[in-house]
Amino acid sequence: MKAFIKGISYYLPTHVLSNEELVKDFPEWSVEKVAAKIGVKERHVVADDECASDMAVKAAEKLIEEYNIDRSTIDFVLLCTQSPDYYLPTTACLVQERLKLPTSVGALDFNLGCSGFVYGLSLAKGLVYAGIARNILLITAETYSKHLHPKDKGNRTIFGDAASATLVSTDGFAEIMNFSLGTDGSGAENLIVKTGALRCREKQNDLIFDESNNPVSSDYLYMNGSEIFNFTLEFVPLLVEDTLLKNHLTQTEINMFVFHQANKYMLNFLRKKLKVPEELFYYYLENVGNTVSSTIPIALKEAQNENRLSGNVLIAGFGVGYSWAGAVLKYN
Amino acid sequence: MEIQEFINCFAAQFDDTDPEIFKAETKFREIEEWSSLTTLAIIAMVDDEYKVKIKGDDIRNAQSIEDLYNIVKSRM
Repeated sequence: MKAFIKGISYYLPTHVLSNEELVKDFPEWSVEKVAAKIGVKERHVVADDECASDMAVKAAEKLIEEYNIDRSTIDFVLLCTQSPDYYLPTTACLVQERLKLPTSVGALDFNLGCSGFVYGLSLAKGLVYAGIARNILLITAETYSKHLHPKDKGNRTIFGDAASATLVSTDGFAEIMNFSLGTDGSGAENLIVKTGALRCREKQNDLIFDESNNPVSSDYLYMNGSEIFNFTLEFVPLLVEDTLLKNHLTQTEINMFVFHQANKYMLNFLRKKLKVPEELFYYYLENVGNTVSSTIPIALKEAQNENRLSGNVLIAGFGVGYSWAGAVLKYN
Repeated sequence: MEIQEFINCFAAQFDDTDPEIFKAETKFREIEEWSSLTTLAIIAMVDDEYKVKIKGDDIRNAQSIEDLYNIVKSRM
């Protein structure tokens, strides 16, 4: 038994937030300069009434159409989000109904950020190998824009909203090989939305501005950039090493590295640290930004469109949790 | 490790600031170009050049380039 990726599609919300538009909100700030460093020119942002399930359905409909998938063959829905429509029910259940999938499908959400797509592949592969499902719809859908404070210029520059849909099946164009997974919950405080859930349901209204004039509030997404950067520098090289080990490969046998597209600045630094030549390291964030769990599937789709994927492709996701996951995909 | 070498590496992280202004006693957070992204550049430079891990708090707690130099030196 083997598990493959059989199709990838993605959806971006209609509204485009350009650097020109951002600079209107932050006239004192050299948004062009910072945007050049982090490699993002524009990002897409959902409308007020557009939620994770709406984007999930649109991405899945694109996948079904593009790959001519018979929806009655889909037997599992895995949906990764940290911005669900509701506490309950599960977003994947809403998606089953709206996609008119058979009621015999299994469906569940899982809450992960930047490592979510790779984790989703590991779960989907497990379902195939165990004989539980044969055609798994793996969706990532994130509306981080709803977690951001309007004055949070750094994060509003980096993050974009998006959803992706991937079909994992018993045949396809990329075999899902072995995984390396990891977790370190001691980093939880460094990327967090503290209020709104049940530990602290009420808004705290404790907004302050730090020494760089960035808003810090329990009611919005907080990211300690330098701590996340340090985590990445320390753990991503180990993740790549362990992923190679688990796949009995050496770095020279990898034809393309597709990492979570956190920001170009960090990716460049990681690439140099890992001594990966630029042509073997895929970047795709200029027009979408950091779309959290959707960055890897979006990048895989675009790289495939450019005919840049063949043989061993190493994917790696890392971030909020902390949580990280790597895998090798073997392209036909 | 020489402090002048550290100052040069520190100055190289800035695009628009005259390298001549960087001295041991320079209060780097008062440099106009300083931003949260520069913090990451300094962390990356220290990791790359000196194989030493510093945190955002180390940078926040240092006033001058020399303060930071002493932190890096103490961890080598």
